[in-house]
Amino acid sequence: MTAQHLNNYTEEYKNTANTLPGQSLGWLKTIRAEAFEYFSDKGFPSLREEEWRYTNVSAIEKKLFSAQLNLDESELDKQWLNRFRLEDALTVVVVNGRFSKEHSNLEGLPDTISVLSMTDALDQQPELVEKYLTKAVSNSEHSFVAFNSAWFSDGLFVHVPAKQVLDKPIQILHVVTQADFLATTRNVLVVDAMAEVSIIETFVGGDDAYLSAVVTEVFVGENATLTLYKMQSEGDKAYHFGGTYVKQQRDSRFTHHNFAFGGLLARNDIHTDLDVASECDLNGLYLGVKRQHIDNHTRINHEKPHAISRELYKGVLNQRARGVFQGRVIVAEDAQKTDSEMNNRNLLLSNDAEVDTKPQLEIYADDVKCAHGVTVGQLDEKSIFYLQSRCVDEETARNMLTFAFANEMVDKVKLKNLRDLLLLQLLNRFPQAGIDKEWL
Amino acid sequence: MLSIENLHVNVGDKPILKGVNLQIKPGEVHAIMGPNGAGKSTLSHVLSGKAGYNVTEGSVTYAAENLLDMDPEIRARKGVFLAFQYPVEIPGVSNIYLLKAALNSIRKYQGLDEVDAMDFLAMVKDKVKLLQIDEKFLYRAVNEGFSGGEKKRNEILQAAILEPKLCILDETDSGLDIDALKIVADGVNSLRSAERSFLMITHYQRLLDYVIPDYVHVLAHGQIVKSGGPELALELEAKGYQWVEEQAA
Repeated sequence: MTAQHLNNYTEEYKNTANTLPGQSLGWLKTIRAEAFEYFSDKGFPSLREEEWRYTNVSAIEKKLFSAQLNLDESELDKQWLNRFRLEDALTVVVVNGRFSKEHSNLEGLPDTISVLSMTDALDQQPELVEKYLTKAVSNSEHSFVAFNSAWFSDGLFVHVPAKQVLDKPIQILHVVTQADFLATTRNVLVVDAMAEVSIIETFVGGDDAYLSAVVTEVFVGENATLTLYKMQSEGDKAYHFGGTYVKQQRDSRFTHHNFAFGGLLARNDIHTDLDVASECDLNGLYLGVKRQHIDNHTRINHEKPHAISRELYKGVLNQRARGVFQGRVIVAEDAQKTDSEMNNRNLLLSNDAEVDTKPQLEIYADDVKCAHGVTVGQLDEKSIFYLQSRCVDEETARNMLTFAFANEMVDKVKLKNLRDLLLLQLLNRFPQAGIDKEWL
Repeated sequence: MLSIENLHVNVGDKPILKGVNLQIKPGEVHAIMGPNGAGKSTLSHVLSGKAGYNVTEGSVTYAAENLLDMDPEIRARKGVFLAFQYPVEIPGVSNIYLLKAALNSIRKYQGLDEVDAMDFLAMVKDKVKLLQIDEKFLYRAVNEGFSGGEKKRNEILQAAILEPKLCILDETDSGLDIDALKIVADGVNSLRSAERSFLMITHYQRLLDYVIPDYVHVLAHGQIVKSGGPELALELEAKGYQWVEEQAA
């Protein structure tokens, strides 16, 4: 990164910093100042870094995305927004980086459970936020994390106290409508011992270029259960950088469903640290069309014995799209009896589509069960012929098989409303001639 | 209904079928038996339109049309059904979806409206009972995790719903225990009619105890070397294939 480009963002920050939430909190000022310094020093990640070698972020350096807001949230097209709103969910809507009370709906939330915008949480429960913010991930992870800590303007704070079970899912609906906007949000999700909750992160936006940068820190307590969904359906010209960093305590269960559909350039990092006998299940689906670049990085740290990890990421890439999967499983010396499986399957629908896949196992313990597999391929000709022999024309057969390949990941979603929404996103992104939605 | 004349087929440069002649009239059941490598599966694949086979000579006429000119789905829509030796698993596509897609493709081709959803379900449930298939299978992915017997029953279920004019059964009896074989055979027998013809390809005589053919042909070295009635199958079972091969030579 050249000094000039870096200056753009650091100069911009001077105009933004004093508008960010938590001004009166000394500890947060320190966090932000340190993060800003880290970012000023390092700049955005470069291709020279191993974890970024397939993903070039220079476009966002060259273009200055600005956090200066000049749109009013009331201009938001409600009908459009409602397409992404899940019925039967508690919804926190963040418009252009700021919590929107008008569009959010938290009716029916029990008093014992906190679901707040980050701004409100910093205002009402600063001690609790302080306990968790930056505790699941540090600046040194990569400079987007530092960037986020310095810049974040709002987000979602959830605290589910011990033994509480929330029967409604919580949805954060993240919307960007302003052209060239920089939306930086920070979510902190805390699920205490034996508690249970489902949370859905949804990212959507307008047709202009913008940058959406989010870091979600997750704390799953002893024997607690969290199912976290992410549907990234940003606009066609958007840049999306997302990181989900999870700390799992013993016997906890964390399930993640990561649907990467939108954006021109999208990057996801999902890390989880596993304590004794905890379980994680990471599911991912990335669909790339046109010139989309979609990068997924996962890291599973087996730090203690008897933990189980399962991972399945599927990619479908069409036209000139490019996908990246880098999955690391690290089994520490102490993590005996680890049981781990990682799979990445890719379907390339055109000659110009590309995928770079790199599963990595690093095992330092000697009594473990670890497996991984990768496939990159085209549609199976035998399956196409089978469908043709059942009266289906070849084009429809190809569409059905592509849909089926991707739909396996949607089928794993237990929330019906979310599954319907995902299905629609899926069908909108791929040739669907001959597929009858009513039958699905 | 089906007329195969002097059919020669190569796979790559290698001749597999070397002049097959076969006439099937409406309502007839023909069995083709033969040793491994005789070209039995090649014949079923060529008739159903699978890619990778090169017809070098001869013709196949189906209902007065050139069958070999048609795409596989057109053959299927016109009533040619192949029950696969190894039915393909298709994760992510449910059985019921495939059945509906297939039936509606035929109806659309015939200029008919889509089948009514309720009528369709009632019809499917009826056929499912006949083949002793658990209704839950309808909502599972096509053949995924099915046992060998379940896969073969599923093939016959598809035939029962699509109501083909010509049913080609490719080694439908292979891999079946006796109970499963009986269920499949009952299913096949229930489909027999004065208009519907069958071409059963089998290595063993066993299936023919339950589905009694009108004609039995022996395919060896790419040609039909002997034809006869059901008694030919018994003779083959007793004497083995070498006997006809020698006779033909």
